[in-house]
Amino acid sequence: MKSYTKPITFFLAIVAPLLIVTLVLREPEPDHKLLNGLRAKYAVKRKPGVDHSKFEILQKDFTNPHEITAACLSCHTERGEELMHSAHFTWEREAYIPGRGITYLGKKNLINNFCTGVQSNEGSCMKCHAGYGWSDKTFDFSNPYNIDCIVCHDNTGTYEKASGAAGYPKTGPGGPDFKAIVTSVGQPKSANCGTCHFGGGGGNNVKHGDLELGLLTGGRDVDVHMGVDGLNMNCVDCHTAENHKMKGRYYAVSSSNTQRLNCEDCHTAFPHQKSILNEHSIKVACQTCHIPVYAKVNATKMYWDWATATRKKDGKEYELLDKEGNVVYTSIKGDFVWEKMVKPEYFWFNGTADHHLLTDKVDTTQNILRINTLFGEYRDRNSKIIPVKVHRGRQPYDAENLTIIQAKLWDKDKGKGALWLDLDWERSIEEGMAYIPLPYSGKHSFIKTEMFMPVNHMVSPASEAVTCRECHTRDNGRLAALTDFYMPGRDRNRTLDLAGQLLLILSFAGVLVHSVIRALSSRKQKTIQSH
Amino acid sequence: MSTHKKVYVYKGFERFWHWNQALLIFVLAFTGFEIHSSYDFFGFETAVKIHNYAAWGFIILIVFAIFWHFTTGEWKQYIPTTKNLKAQAEFYLFGIFRNAPHPAKKTLISKLNPLQRLVYLGLKVLFIPVMVVSGLLFMFYRYPQGDSIAIINIDNLEIIALIHTAGAFMLLAFVLVHLYLITTGHTITSNLKAMITGWEELEEEDQKDQDKTAGKPENELVKNPKILPEDESEE
Ligand code: HEM
Repeated sequence: MKSYTKPITFFLAIVAPLLIVTLVLREPEPDHKLLNGLRAKYAVKRKPGVDHSKFEILQKDFTNPHEITAACLSCHTERGEELMHSAHFTWEREAYIPGRGITYLGKKNLINNFCTGVQSNEGSCMKCHAGYGWSDKTFDFSNPYNIDCIVCHDNTGTYEKASGAAGYPKTGPGGPDFKAIVTSVGQPKSANCGTCHFGGGGGNNVKHGDLELGLLTGGRDVDVHMGVDGLNMNCVDCHTAENHKMKGRYYAVSSSNTQRLNCEDCHTAFPHQKSILNEHSIKVACQTCHIPVYAKVNATKMYWDWATATRKKDGKEYELLDKEGNVVYTSIKGDFVWEKMVKPEYFWFNGTADHHLLTDKVDTTQNILRINTLFGEYRDRNSKIIPVKVHRGRQPYDAENLTIIQAKLWDKDKGKGALWLDLDWERSIEEGMAYIPLPYSGKHSFIKTEMFMPVNHMVSPASEAVTCRECHTRDNGRLAALTDFYMPGRDRNRTLDLAGQLLLILSFAGVLVHSVIRALSSRKQKTIQSH
Repeated sequence: MSTHKKVYVYKGFERFWHWNQALLIFVLAFTGFEIHSSYDFFGFETAVKIHNYAAWGFIILIVFAIFWHFTTGEWKQYIPTTKNLKAQAEFYLFGIFRNAPHPAKKTLISKLNPLQRLVYLGLKVLFIPVMVVSGLLFMFYRYPQGDSIAIINIDNLEIIALIHTAGAFMLLAFVLVHLYLITTGHTITSNLKAMITGWEELEEEDQKDQDKTAGKPENELVKNPKILPEDESEE
């Protein structure tokens, strides 16, 4: 009896701790209380509070869109004032940028890495302005009747602005049915937002990569929030507005860390069961793990080379398509590269950004011009790693004045210097720069450009989230480019590792040699003894 | 040759502590080097999880071990001595091949030879504390951020990680050599058996001599050594 007690105690002493560890290591039952609460909240779809078809003032046959706005504002008396101060109308924001002071920047005066900028091209670009008639610098931003209410509030899905009409819809036959539209207005639907935010840059998903028509029909695999087989949420469910100021910032045009919309607003700062994941959220934005790829349904433009524009074939402009039907070359715009299911690049970001202005000098000692700069670094306490679409390309710049160039791209008529009609770089640059007005030396060249566009949409189901090893890995991990900090599993000190390995090898060799000598000498001694 | 007696060298707790420490260091090293990307076995996430739990287990064990060492006076086993140090080194380098006797007699109050004393003391006061402290810093390291206790903000994990990794290599090297030196006892397996059962055959003579080098333990061990004659040892 007694002889068993010892081994048993001993066995227990070793096995019991192991058992405990195994028990502790089991996954906790997931607790989806918070998520279920959110699901319940957003499952209830908003219904319009009033029936606009009952209002007499809307029972007219509108022929002039300004009159529609006047009718809206006759009841919604303060909304005009609100909207006139919103970025959807002003296309600029007041912001403090270190080194620049207070700036008024936005789509109105910035350049981007796609169609470059709106100045001198308003007639075409303002198809996406929430107003009527911004065709040039004379547009009156203080006239509330210049607001286009229905582009956002149309719920019939039939309203459309005309092309090249500075924001006006077609009127009369063939134009939208205004009566049907105004009597059924309501909260914006995702399709309203999508008209501009999916189609920016001249086609579906050209610009963002994470905002496209696929969101309207895709499932949870495309976007967990908007998936039609899930909660089917609307843009404005998250992008709520107060006094017509929407929540959410896009740092291709924004600069300051205000009025942002964060995942944490609904999901809290520490939404995970596992504390180690919650800890990551101090330095890693939710999007970084939860948007493993973007451009999930349709391809997005990754590269735009303006330098190759204006080429002709047999004296005519031409277009080339890839096998998916994406335009990869067109004489009016140059070369494109499209990609689908793109892995983002990653950057530190603290919510503030700067932009390269038309008046800034191009630093030709740098190989690449940054159209915008996302501020942030590891040591910055407000910085987190975010996923970014980097759109690369080449743009014209003034080779003598060393400024980036705004060319005139569009006009109603040929012969007025619009690049897209006349295919003449020199003339289009002269016209564009004279319009602003900014000097142009008469000599242009092309420079490599990069634009940094944070990816915030197309959130994947949790099961698809980026896994530990995709970053915590020696080579080619997702965060390989972020080298300003030590990350376990990625980083090591080569010398230390070599020294360590050497130590182990030497120890092993020592043991081996020693044991061999021991074995040999003990055999010798035995033979000596037996003799 | 001197007479041998079976002696109860390693107490229950001591063996429990020793083997769990062995297990935990093995687990920590194995998962640690997976975290280090030396190989993939459990997967990174699981490796981190196991490493963290094993680390806590290790810390708890260490707390109990410290308590035990001080309450039993066993800590005196680790007081370093230069006596026989050279002889011990020479034994491992030469004597052992000639079947020479161990220069330091293993007794109850001096279980460790002078080299062991030195190495184990180093482990206890240097390498293991370094691993625990750097490991805890690794765990509780808060990335540069504003809203925690500012004083424990460390701007860079690198120094912690490098110390921890260096320590891990040292510990591994120790384990390797240790595993081999186990076989250099009275017989190849006598040390192993001793650490499993607690009993070992020791030479009877010279116990008083060792007393001095062991820092004069005036404790229970001397007054009440559980020494049994050889034939009774098989319970
Ligand atoms: C109480 C003791 C210990 C604690 C608290 C501890 C804790 C940690 C922690 C928190 C990490 C980082 C894991 C991560 O990236 O999330 C780590 C990494 C590591 N640990 Fe330990 N550990 C301990 C003991 C050990 C021991 C005994 C060994 C090996 C013998 C070891 C080897 C390693 C190695 C090699 C790494 C990877 C270091 C790197 O590549 O950055 N650890 N440890």
